[in-house]
Amino acid sequence: MTTAPTPPELAIQEELPVDDHEHHDFRMFGLLTFLVSESLMFGALFAVFLIFRGEFPQWPPEETEVELLLPAINTVILVSSSFVIHYGDVAIKKGNVAGLRKWYWVTALMGAIFLAGQAYEYATLGYGLTTNVFANCFYIMTGFHGLHVFVGILLILGVLWRSRVPGHYTAEKHVGVEMAEIYWHFVDIIWIVLFVLIYVLALVN
Amino acid sequence: MAQAQLPVSGELPQVSGHHPTAWKWYDYFTFNVDHKVIGIQYLVFSFVFYLLGGLMAVVMRTELYTPDADVIDPNLYNALLTNHGTIMIFGWIVPAAIGGFGNFLVPLMIGARDMAFPRLNALAFWMLPPAGLLLLGSFIFGGAQAGWTSYPPLSLITANTAQSMWCLSIILAGTSSILGSVNFVVTMVKMRVPSMPWDKMPLFCWAMMATSILALLSTPVLAIGLILLLFDINFGTSFFKPDAGGNVIIYQHLFWFYSHPAVYLMILPIFGIMSEVIPVHARKPIFGYKAIVGSSMVICMVGLFVWVHHMFTSGTPPWMRMFFTVSTLIVAVPTGVKIFSWTATLWGGKIRYTSAMLFAIGLLIMFVVGGLSGVTLGTAPVDIHMHDTYYVVAHFHYVLFGGSVFGLYAGIYHWFPKMTGRMLNEPLGKVHFLLTLIGANLTFLPMHVLGTQGMPRRVAMYDPQFTQINQICTIGAFVLAFSVIPFLVNVIWSWGWGEKASGNPWRALTLEWTTASPPIIENWHRLPVLTHGPYDYGMNGHDTSPAIATHS
Repeated sequence: MTTAPTPPELAIQEELPVDDHEHHDFRMFGLLTFLVSESLMFGALFAVFLIFRGEFPQWPPEETEVELLLPAINTVILVSSSFVIHYGDVAIKKGNVAGLRKWYWVTALMGAIFLAGQAYEYATLGYGLTTNVFANCFYIMTGFHGLHVFVGILLILGVLWRSRVPGHYTAEKHVGVEMAEIYWHFVDIIWIVLFVLIYVLALVN
Repeated sequence: MAQAQLPVSGELPQVSGHHPTAWKWYDYFTFNVDHKVIGIQYLVFSFVFYLLGGLMAVVMRTELYTPDADVIDPNLYNALLTNHGTIMIFGWIVPAAIGGFGNFLVPLMIGARDMAFPRLNALAFWMLPPAGLLLLGSFIFGGAQAGWTSYPPLSLITANTAQSMWCLSIILAGTSSILGSVNFVVTMVKMRVPSMPWDKMPLFCWAMMATSILALLSTPVLAIGLILLLFDINFGTSFFKPDAGGNVIIYQHLFWFYSHPAVYLMILPIFGIMSEVIPVHARKPIFGYKAIVGSSMVICMVGLFVWVHHMFTSGTPPWMRMFFTVSTLIVAVPTGVKIFSWTATLWGGKIRYTSAMLFAIGLLIMFVVGGLSGVTLGTAPVDIHMHDTYYVVAHFHYVLFGGSVFGLYAGIYHWFPKMTGRMLNEPLGKVHFLLTLIGANLTFLPMHVLGTQGMPRRVAMYDPQFTQINQICTIGAFVLAFSVIPFLVNVIWSWGWGEKASGNPWRALTLEWTTASPPIIENWHRLPVLTHGPYDYGMNGHDTSPAIATHS
């Protein structure tokens, strides 16, 4: 802490950006920081779910069992979409905007199929939000996650909208593309945990 | 001298030829993205809410002058106590300390032109006015009455509409806080001037780093708790309804997982202010820079694992009481480290008794009292007797008023010249300090006695045996209310007509003092270069010669 002005520090000045108005792009770091915070939201929901699971003799309680086949198919779709979206990222890294658009369209479509499957599940389960505490947890958790999938689809559509303009995304400049991808992976990882907690753990009751 | 901007070779283009160099008054009422404007917006907004929350406290203390409820209806009393606590926390200390000082100072202290995401920053601020309006508007529906903790089942059965507005208001404020924290972390990690390594970052910035990490990790959990509460109130779920299989304790866990760290959100930035104000006015290097940095980080981490000490009487199993008693006592250690560091910094210093320094010293004394009562309350065997008595009220007012509010005042006296370009009036500041110190101790010291004698908190009516002590508290509250007047006069008069401040009136060494007062838009024409540490007072002759700000 006692450094006096010395030549090395004077040397540092030379490295000062001449035009420091054009500062670096920190959006990705910002998004990651935000996602850490966001994951704690799901963390809290998971904790609530596990506490109730420990309290109830049977979890899920009778009359509110979950089905497995449809959610499993949904899981396969969502997890695969994480690979599909990555192909879009690979494409834009090579400057291939058409490839980016193709893969992102497919991802958005898979996301929409996931949401439709979820809606179908809601409609056919035979119990609603207020039936019992398990149903409360089930609908809040899957619904909150579904909201995130929806936001993810909006982000992907945003990328698709912007990519219409030639040169908006290039091999060097595509932070927006990557942010949408990272967010999509996040939503995907959360779903895997959620799937294990709600559906898989129901098997080992 | 200072961390002055050294003349850099002339080939740099002159920035800001077409830029305005100062904002007009009306810019402060718009969606402005300048961190300095946003900082002042936060400070003024939160001070208005401080006055509102204070007014509520005065009404409550007036009610408590006599044992019977003869001034206001007890339900209104409950609404006032709920909103007093909520406003002081979410409307005053958090936005003033983090939003206000954090936004104004962090970019200036690290030599950045603005925060990393200026528009996000403005968005975070503009979430607060609606949040505040929701709280105030809830009084139309009777006001939330379940206390600032809003424990179910009470919060499920009283004033449902107002309670829902309360939840939404806190969720808004929490979202604002998360967005702000993302901004702080990215700004400090990525945007320090190239010549500033981590170990030369000012301690206020370190405190803001710890605060931001804590806010990022804890706020989302509260948001979930409040969302579930909202669903229980409005949409027929039963997370917290024991008669339908729900569990009220889960709410308490979710709530305190945020709200205990929240006390660190309210005190860590204040610790940062202390670490800036004390060396400048004691003219000595800070004692134990690394210890203070480390203690902030330890508080940030350990502070996440002490929350159950608020729940010792909630049927908490013995092993949990033991664990959380121990972790609570551990978290007192890094706080003690800071207290000792500041005391050692004062030791043998050439202390200038400015108003800022007086408030800092006042804080040191008050906070030790609050810290000690905190240690007693953190110990389960004592807490079981003291829980929900006035002893708790005494404790957290010593740390939040004696700590946070004193620190905010110290910060205002210290940085007002930088923010406005005008000096505050020192004699008025001293009157303000004296009245605040007397008022605070008169109000809160007797509450320890009330608590140990068994007077419960959150009541509009009490046993007549407590009358005398309550009257002392009420008189103290009036003194406190009165103490704001010299401050308000001082701020309003000085802002308009006070003595002009130079770039560096306190001869301080941190970077914010190397630009003009108030700083120009974009802070510097050319970014400053660090030539020494932030607290090198008395070293290399930095004390004797006034710092040179090379431009204004």
